[in-house]
Amino acid sequence: MTMKTMRDAFLDGLTDRMQTDNSIFFLAADFGAPALDKLRQSCPDRFINVGIAEQNLINIASGLALEGFSVYAYAIAPFISMRAFEQIRNNLSIMSKFHRLNVNMIGVGAGLSYPVSGPTHHCLEDISVMRTLPNIDVFCPSDWVLCDKFIDYSIDNKGPKYLRFDGAALPPIYSDTKVPEINKGFYQLIQGKDTCVVSTGYMTHTALSAVNSENTGAGLIDMFYLRHFDEQALIAALRNYKTIITVEEGFIDKAGLDCVISNLLRKAGLNCKLITMGFKDNYVFELGPRDYLHEISGLSAAGIFKAIQAAADK
Amino acid sequence: MKLNRQDKLTLKDKALEVRRETLRIHGTAQGTRIASSLSPVEIFVVLYYGKILAYDPANPQWPGRDRLIVSKGHGSICLYPILGDLGFFDRRQLDIVCQKDAILGAIPDPHVPGYETINGSLGHGLGVACGMAIALRAQRRPQKVFAILGDGEMSEGSVWEAIMFAGHHRLDNLIFIVDNNKACMLDFCKNVIDIEPIEKKIKPFGWTVKRVDGHDIGKLHAALSAFKDQSTGKPIFLLADTIKGKGVAELETDPMSHTRNIHPGDIEAVIGRLK
Repeated sequence: MTMKTMRDAFLDGLTDRMQTDNSIFFLAADFGAPALDKLRQSCPDRFINVGIAEQNLINIASGLALEGFSVYAYAIAPFISMRAFEQIRNNLSIMSKFHRLNVNMIGVGAGLSYPVSGPTHHCLEDISVMRTLPNIDVFCPSDWVLCDKFIDYSIDNKGPKYLRFDGAALPPIYSDTKVPEINKGFYQLIQGKDTCVVSTGYMTHTALSAVNSENTGAGLIDMFYLRHFDEQALIAALRNYKTIITVEEGFIDKAGLDCVISNLLRKAGLNCKLITMGFKDNYVFELGPRDYLHEISGLSAAGIFKAIQAAADK
Repeated sequence: MKLNRQDKLTLKDKALEVRRETLRIHGTAQGTRIASSLSPVEIFVVLYYGKILAYDPANPQWPGRDRLIVSKGHGSICLYPILGDLGFFDRRQLDIVCQKDAILGAIPDPHVPGYETINGSLGHGLGVACGMAIALRAQRRPQKVFAILGDGEMSEGSVWEAIMFAGHHRLDNLIFIVDNNKACMLDFCKNVIDIEPIEKKIKPFGWTVKRVDGHDIGKLHAALSAFKDQSTGKPIFLLADTIKGKGVAELETDPMSHTRNIHPGDIEAVIGRLK
């Protein structure tokens, strides 16, 4: 299984597309990766490093998109989603009522991707923050195969989107023969019996090992498109479970994955029990590897396993 | 194109008419900001009637138009009578500003034909204009991008991000006009954040700068037409010195004129005193 970062998969594929499609601009706020070097060398006229200026990053992207370009705006996740929030709100979310603005905001460093850099670099608010804005799609993939597939989708489906990429190299969850439809928004990885874990991003890897351990019998759904998704299909998938456990690397009780599922259950009139796992209302100052920070926050595979067991015992 | 004496008189009459109409709008729509809408009158008159901007009222999104980003949205009510007069929308809209079924509100937004962007929150326009300028340059298109901001707006950090960007990238298709009316909401700018001498701060970032009397139609026109026709290889910064509340004595001297209204019953008397 090839370990790969989401950004490497995405940037490699996008670099290829940019060779033949000159309607694409790539902007970065002085944030890069070796994969980006190839892109900027091969398309120097359509790559701009705007400097450490996330507000201007979004404004420049908006101006380019108003003139018809497809734009990728690339920065560290907390900075692009929160430093530039009002630029996103006014010039992308509100302006989308009048124009099809294909601005794809790539935030690298979802959740605790940068575990030792402290709360400024942790990104636990972005899913909630972005979901409060009308017209902004939120893509939160669990692996690089999905990211690679999202390249064509992002060019063909013109509208502002927030792409929440993990910072770490991760093994693939999907493959050439197992690729979900982006529009569907989710993929049932494991069909279970009474309990189903619904996870997003990095946590799908943790949830997978929890569900697979000791024959829990639980199901697992990977949720990767958190605004527009096939609601009826997800309701059908969840309908027969007694307990749903949402797991996300973000704050809960706001507008994250837990809210997506809770709203859906309410709208569909489903009476499943809902357990939500994520970060409580606290910033993380502890240091150590990401898995350790998850462990002390109750988000390790063992923590998820315990939640599944507790649901079964009731 | 150079203005002759008659052209100047015609534009001066236009400016007087626009001031009258703007005051009448304020008389029926007291939610509009009148003082900051009286300072840029000559700027908009020269841009639209002085043949500086290329535009098509029948097709506001015509690709051959010059782009005008009005970042100081609240302070552009004086553009309503101009756009109405030119046929961007039905003139009758001028009588129902801010009312039910109107398209014109206290702050103009992109559903108003002739406005490019969402306005009301300051500090966004110059960056968006830079993005448009980059796009037009990449497509080798000759149109220019104009952005008009207020001097109070210059306190927004995002404006300076855009100033540095435009200078670095030598966006010579960008013309940035500041309506330097010397006041923000609560006071004269010099008592809040004094940014003078503004042009001396912008120039080192790689801009061509020019300062003009923003109520002098001849000088405004000469500067704008020169910059429109000839590239200096750099973005253009045109500092237009204006007076907030221009034409209304009680507003001109009031440091808090921004939020001051003129009572509907006094509008015609104020119009009678305009010169």
